[in-house]
Amino acid sequence: MTHPFVHLHKVGLTYAGADSGAGTAALEQCTLGVAKGEFVAVVGPSGCGKSSLMKLVTGLVPPSEGSIEVAGREVDGPLKIVGMAFQNPTLLPWRSTLANVMLPLEIVEPHRSRLRSDKAAYVAKAQRLLATVGLTGFDDKPPYQLSGGMQQRASLCRSLIHEPELLMLDEPFGALDAFTREELWAVLQDVWLQQRFTCILVTHDLREAVFLADRVLVMSNRPGRIVSDHTVPLPRPRTLATTFEKDFVDITQRLREEISLVRQGKSPVPVHEVAA
Amino acid sequence: MKWQSLSRTRRVELAMPWLVTLSMVLIWEIAVIAFKVPSFILPGPWEVWQTLVRFHGPIWTHALHTLFTTVVGFAIAVVFGVLLGIAIGSSRLVYNGLYPVLIGFNSVPKVAVVPVLVVWFGIGTVPAVITAFMISFFPIVVNVATGLATVEPELSDVLRSLGAKRRDILMKVGLPRAMPYLFASLKVAITLAFVGSVISETVAANEGIGYLMIQASSRFQIPLVFAGLVVIAALGIVMYVLFALLERRFTGWATRSNQPTTIATGS
Ligand SMILES: Nc1ncnc2c1ncn2[C@@H]1O[C@H](COP(=O)(O)OP(=O)(O)O)[C@@H](O)[C@H]1O
Ligand SMILES: [Mg+2]
Repeated sequence: MTHPFVHLHKVGLTYAGADSGAGTAALEQCTLGVAKGEFVAVVGPSGCGKSSLMKLVTGLVPPSEGSIEVAGREVDGPLKIVGMAFQNPTLLPWRSTLANVMLPLEIVEPHRSRLRSDKAAYVAKAQRLLATVGLTGFDDKPPYQLSGGMQQRASLCRSLIHEPELLMLDEPFGALDAFTREELWAVLQDVWLQQRFTCILVTHDLREAVFLADRVLVMSNRPGRIVSDHTVPLPRPRTLATTFEKDFVDITQRLREEISLVRQGKSPVPVHEVAA
Repeated sequence: MKWQSLSRTRRVELAMPWLVTLSMVLIWEIAVIAFKVPSFILPGPWEVWQTLVRFHGPIWTHALHTLFTTVVGFAIAVVFGVLLGIAIGSSRLVYNGLYPVLIGFNSVPKVAVVPVLVVWFGIGTVPAVITAFMISFFPIVVNVATGLATVEPELSDVLRSLGAKRRDILMKVGLPRAMPYLFASLKVAITLAFVGSVISETVAANEGIGYLMIQASSRFQIPLVFAGLVVIAALGIVMYVLFALLERRFTGWATRSNQPTTIATGS
């Protein structure tokens, strides 16, 4: 990888402590690269700094050490080309589902200035997106009338409506039941296969990581860094049947073993060379 | 809404405020008769009612005046309170600087300030408006600031990663989120505003229900004093209901989606 789209070089992040004492080191010497159009999953024990990694890449938090580049430019403030979705759908309860999905259009240029004149076209676009995630007919419904899974679908639409070059997903399906979760894996894969944005998915569900990603990165205990890097060679589109195939099960199993080593503070063997 | 179509429990719920008020009035009347309380100590409700009817002309004029001062003071409090609430809720610096001052200000009994206001502005409407304002703006400030402070960090992350300016976040998320808090505080603030204007009227005015009551009590017309109290209570209830209706109209999403609405009261 000569020129990764997202590039972290020896990044460290220390949160200031409550008093002037030593802060919490969330990340240390974290190096990783993501190619344009690639789907990368980051897995690791809880509290190892995965969410912090997301905030660093999107420029919401500045690194304490090292450098972060996205799209060939040093990140020095919040990026404007990003879509984000979290475990909590964070829809605005006073807006309809459609208005929630269209929120980014009210902020991101050039949509912001065109929204008023091209309203109909944008509404149609949002409706098409809602249809791809199976939310037809819920436009006017407020979020509280949607189930958790439906809210998460809407949240996914909101993160994609402005066609971001980079999609950041922080345990987006973590709060959903297993059936809904697996359904949404397929939905997300479909959207990604159509639009081919660069995607970084943080998750603690190893099957989810292997199902969705081209590459799975394993993070160490806090302070987090990338300790191994697995390419997932399974063909797409992957289906639920894929998850029962031997290759899938093998990769998942290997990841599981590594994570359990990582959780004990050991380094997984063999250490794969991390693309820098 | 047809009375017959309502469920039994709902009917009881709706009737409750009237039943309770009626029973209290009855107990009051019976106690006054039973213990032969003289009317210059405590008049019964029937006598208060008769006084209300007899003096309805002057009471009406004074009540309108009190309503006017209260609403003006309250309106200033809303504008000022919302602006200050926004400043405090969106800037740590302003918060740290102003909060102690505000708490101190709110702890001062407003009656003590009225004489000073009289020295500055003379007797009349202005001190009443200012007192109504001073007493009612605090809960508005606190609630607006609280509403802004409870915006989920993840939500502002979503907006910031889209390149939203602070102003965008305030307009798209902060203010709508603060609306239920604002309306909850308005219900309290309007009743407090009545307290403020009437306090000021009792100290320094020549118009308004407070003035009427002070005049009446100096002439030992205790039934008229009580008539004044009843009018203030009624005005307070009417305004409260008005703002409760507005609240339901504008922030229905909050109650339906079980958003927390806390309320900070001031005095
Ligand atoms: N805003 C913050 N202030 C201080 N410490 C934080 C903050 N956010 C996260 N941390 C700490 O940094 C570490 C990593 O957190 P996080 O990135 O949320 O982990 P993960 O998402 O992998 O569970 C944790 O120990 C957490 O307590
Ligand atoms: Mg996290």
